[in-house]
Amino acid sequence: MTLIDLANPTRFLSLTAKILPWLAAATAILLAVGLYQSAMAPDDYQQGATVKIMFIHVPNAWLSMFVWGVMSLSALGTLVWRHPLADVSAKAAAPIGAAFTFLALVTGSLWGRPMWGTYWEWDARLTSVLILFLMYLGLIALWRAVEDPSRAARAAAVLTLVGAINIPIIKFSVDWWNTLHQPASVLRMGGSTLDKAFLIPLLVMAVAFSLLFVTLHLAAMRNEILRRRVRALQMQQASQPRA
Amino acid sequence: MSLGPYASFIVWSYLLVALVVVLLIGWIALDYRQQKARLRDLEARGVTRRSGRGAADLS
Repeated sequence: MTLIDLANPTRFLSLTAKILPWLAAATAILLAVGLYQSAMAPDDYQQGATVKIMFIHVPNAWLSMFVWGVMSLSALGTLVWRHPLADVSAKAAAPIGAAFTFLALVTGSLWGRPMWGTYWEWDARLTSVLILFLMYLGLIALWRAVEDPSRAARAAAVLTLVGAINIPIIKFSVDWWNTLHQPASVLRMGGSTLDKAFLIPLLVMAVAFSLLFVTLHLAAMRNEILRRRVRALQMQQASQPRA
Repeated sequence: MSLGPYASFIVWSYLLVALVVVLLIGWIALDYRQQKARLRDLEARGVTRRSGRGAADLS
């Protein structure tokens, strides 16, 4: 099975129909395990029980950037390889990425209030993630505003690739500028600084949320293929001479 | 399990994540049903794909 095989939407629908139930089951099991481990994790010596917010905040924050990365690859697929499913993938991923980014912002805010004494600070990390959220909304609006899917695809692909500049800015903002946000403690040179009691539940939750994204993304891609099929048939119907 | 003095922040965080995830799943499931219904409706009106396959055929 190669990427070319998946270029056929009908084959993609057939394959995903088989794997989606398994993916959904794996996601549910891993989420249950992750939530149990998060509940059982000890309190942090400084943050107390609020450290439990980390187990949902960090996976959402990682995914907010990862989804844009997926959309950027899809944008390349649209512009360079003209893969028939590339735009479908990008368009399906955008609302899911927006939801993860929204959750990263809100859970971060709810974590920040007891730890920093404020819900919001216009520092580099928080502001760059807010910009990412607004870019997601802009892309969704663009797809909705342009009626012709192929024209919308090209414009959205260019905008996605331009917006990808924001991803390294988000990642390294805590190193480049003085921010209220703590520096990276898991994905960093020299290894994680987190204790295993926190690291293991965090990684389980990160894998669970990643599986959740894959499951939702494939399901949303199926919907988008069906939507385009509806549009094609409606246009075909409209062009037929009336009896 | 005691959540300490900031329990409401923790509980709200988890509730909000659960709500948004449930909304996402519900939205995608509803969208699927809508698209399938539209395809069946077109098929019932005699509009067929060039391949001759049923419009709502997913296999």
